[in-house]
Amino acid sequence: MTLRITALVLLSLLVALLFLASLLIGPAALGLKQSIGALLSGEGGPVALVMQEIRLPRALLGLLVGAVLGLSGAAMQGFLRNPLAEPGLVGVSSSAALGAVLSLQTGLAASFALALPLSALAGAALAVLLVLFMAGPHGGALALILAGIAISALAGALTSLVLNLSPNPFAVMEIVYWMMGSLADRSMTHVWLALPFMILGCGLLLATGRGLDALTLGEDAARSMGVDLARLRLLIVLGTASAVGASVAVAGAVGFVGLVMPHLLRPLVGGRPSHLLPLAALGGAAMVLAADIAVRLIAPDQDLKLGVLTALVGAPFFLHLLWRMRGVEA
Amino acid sequence: MLAFPRNSDPLLIAALALWAGAAVAAPPERVVSMNLCTDQLAMLLADPGQLVSISNLALDPLSSAMVDEARAYPINRGGAEQIYLMDPDLVLAGTYTARASVDLLRGLGIEVVQLPPADRLEDVAAHMRQIGAALGHPERGEAMARAFEADLAALGHTGPAATAAMYYPNGYTAGSGTLSDQILSLTGFRNVGAEAGLTGGGILPLERLVMAEPQVVVTSTPYPGASRSEEILAHPALRQLRDGAAQAHVRDADWVCGTPHLLNAIRTMADARAGLDVAP
Amino acid sequence: MTLLELDHLTLRRAGKPVVDDVTLRVAAGECVGLIGPNGAGKTTLMRAALGLLPHEGSSNLARLPLGERARQAAFLPQSRDIHWPVTVDAVVTLGRALQGSGKLHPEDRRAIDRALMRMGLDGYRDRIATALSGGEQARVLIARALAQETPLLLADEPVAGLDPEAQLRTMQVFADLAREGRGIVVSIHDLGLAARFCTRLVVLDHGRIVLDAPPRAVLSDPRLSEVFGIRGFLADTPDGPVFQPMAVTR
Repeated sequence: MTLRITALVLLSLLVALLFLASLLIGPAALGLKQSIGALLSGEGGPVALVMQEIRLPRALLGLLVGAVLGLSGAAMQGFLRNPLAEPGLVGVSSSAALGAVLSLQTGLAASFALALPLSALAGAALAVLLVLFMAGPHGGALALILAGIAISALAGALTSLVLNLSPNPFAVMEIVYWMMGSLADRSMTHVWLALPFMILGCGLLLATGRGLDALTLGEDAARSMGVDLARLRLLIVLGTASAVGASVAVAGAVGFVGLVMPHLLRPLVGGRPSHLLPLAALGGAAMVLAADIAVRLIAPDQDLKLGVLTALVGAPFFLHLLWRMRGVEA
Repeated sequence: MLAFPRNSDPLLIAALALWAGAAVAAPPERVVSMNLCTDQLAMLLADPGQLVSISNLALDPLSSAMVDEARAYPINRGGAEQIYLMDPDLVLAGTYTARASVDLLRGLGIEVVQLPPADRLEDVAAHMRQIGAALGHPERGEAMARAFEADLAALGHTGPAATAAMYYPNGYTAGSGTLSDQILSLTGFRNVGAEAGLTGGGILPLERLVMAEPQVVVTSTPYPGASRSEEILAHPALRQLRDGAAQAHVRDADWVCGTPHLLNAIRTMADARAGLDVAP
Repeated sequence: MTLLELDHLTLRRAGKPVVDDVTLRVAAGECVGLIGPNGAGKTTLMRAALGLLPHEGSSNLARLPLGERARQAAFLPQSRDIHWPVTVDAVVTLGRALQGSGKLHPEDRRAIDRALMRMGLDGYRDRIATALSGGEQARVLIARALAQETPLLLADEPVAGLDPEAQLRTMQVFADLAREGRGIVVSIHDLGLAARFCTRLVVLDHGRIVLDAPPRAVLSDPRLSEVFGIRGFLADTPDGPVFQPMAVTR
């Protein structure tokens, strides 16, 4: 109990620190006082422009995208009772990217403002439904991983196809962005576009806590304790699709955040899925903010993709998880 | 647009007379160009019927300055097979044209002339001469080069330099040692990209562009179909910067290649520089 | 007072009835042992009665809204899933946490304590449930169902795989609960334990109720050996009837 509260406080502090660092670190070397002053007052010419229009949206999106990925990873793991479930790994992110790319390339995104996040949402929702269906009621790891591979590969191939066929010569270069994600040069427009969907999605996912706790004992036990599984499933599908869809629409598909953070933080909450949700959101935010800072420190002029760093941390972690599960499931 | 020496030009007749005595190898009869820049130079310098095919890029209004002229030619997509079947005796390509295709064509015994991208204004005139010679019309290349050099000399700017930045999709900009950098210097600008320490082409983070506050921002026209790379050109920070800065409306197509059309781009920049002196 | 009312309950899979026209009443104070060979439909009958499976006919529980159902009947599934490394206390708390607002009232806390005490788990509260032995995990899960403190408890093979002491303790708890006025339905393969602790046995075969009577009557009925394909030894002792399967008859 106290461990959980301590973890919440410390993680919140860490996120706040990383958010501040994200604001203060960038290719243009700005003074600390100067930049904070310009950020708050809006005065200071180009410094204010850099702080308010370039650094602030980047830091905000890092926070939001990370929180959303951590939270939906924790919720999906809770619902499927499988520590390998994660929006990136099971193809939800890549399907959202396909939705986003389709709406951009067909011109739908230009027809009305919400078309882009809504298309990404639709792509994500389709993938979540497919994963839930394929993984079945007992959430076998093998079925989940195979379904994830198939969905990711299909969505990735279709995304590449659409971008290859685009009349725009730059589009084909963007395959990497949609698969790996980046926060470079995002603006407040993107924040406003994604924020409502992310808030909605997080709200829906946070409401699943008690149902997920009960699911610890399996579906029959949960239902006999009064959990409406159909409603819970709907919350998971809509919540994940809305949150991940909006995140992918503005930042591309960043992998492994939803895998690493819930697993790392689970011991701190005694395994309880409901307590894990807020903690995983904070952890995800910290991870993406840190990765985005690292991206700028390692290669300031190169637009290194976010997913490169999260995968560098996440993939060995994933192998470690599989290694440990090897003994459990023959 | 400038007029360039074509078949009827008196300059050309003079040049022809000059070259009449020289022993010139028989000019190639079937020339295929597979590079946007050689497409344009060849269209300007070849005899009617001599140029058999040009690349598909020549029809792209955003990169080609000669779309109307290009419509008269069969189009190729740069594949060795397609080009070989056109039975050329000379192929014009860029040095960055798909190496495999070029090697294959050479292996099949076809002469391939490769033109590097024009990195300096001096290269432009040299390229005109080189393509003219390759086509068996060195006098036309020479005349075009002389006209270019004369026009260029007339456009030079003297006096204090203003700041300007080239800004393209993905935050791409031109640093020092590029044709764009040289054009900016010639027309009275200091290149922000070069001052940021970039050599050649490279990425200039948006916030460093904003901090440099260039007086002129040169950007490209977006292509049809969306791309995230171009989104940066609509970024609010860049928009605000451009609202405060003077803008230069240049056609990308004029910048891309070292052809006489480059003068249009240079003239636009010269006008933009002159405008800065008047405005404040 | 009747706690469970099943009328003509029927459930088909691929057209074939798995539960076939079952009509059953369970009253307060009864501990009903549901027996029958593997595949007789015991688990399906329980799940259908709880409304977890679509069915024909009627069950008084299945008609209730989910929340109300959870206050009427607790269910102990056969699979003893504990998917995350949660504490014993957290598992048992689940029996109360879903009722009402989700906030635990002092009364909820007391119900949890009673369930833990009853299953002899008082010293186990902060242990990680998944790290316990199979028998201990089974007790934790029973405690969770007990914490719901429902009038009716349905337990699907609660003693399978447990050591003799745990089996006896578990069945004793069910017998005690029945004596206190609750209704218990427990499916069980051990006919000896069924004879010893249940107040009534219901024999299920191919989805139909074949026999429904007190243990003494059921275990001495010749139809029992037809259903199970065994013969057994039945004796009366001061502690009640004793039944021991002896040999296969087919």
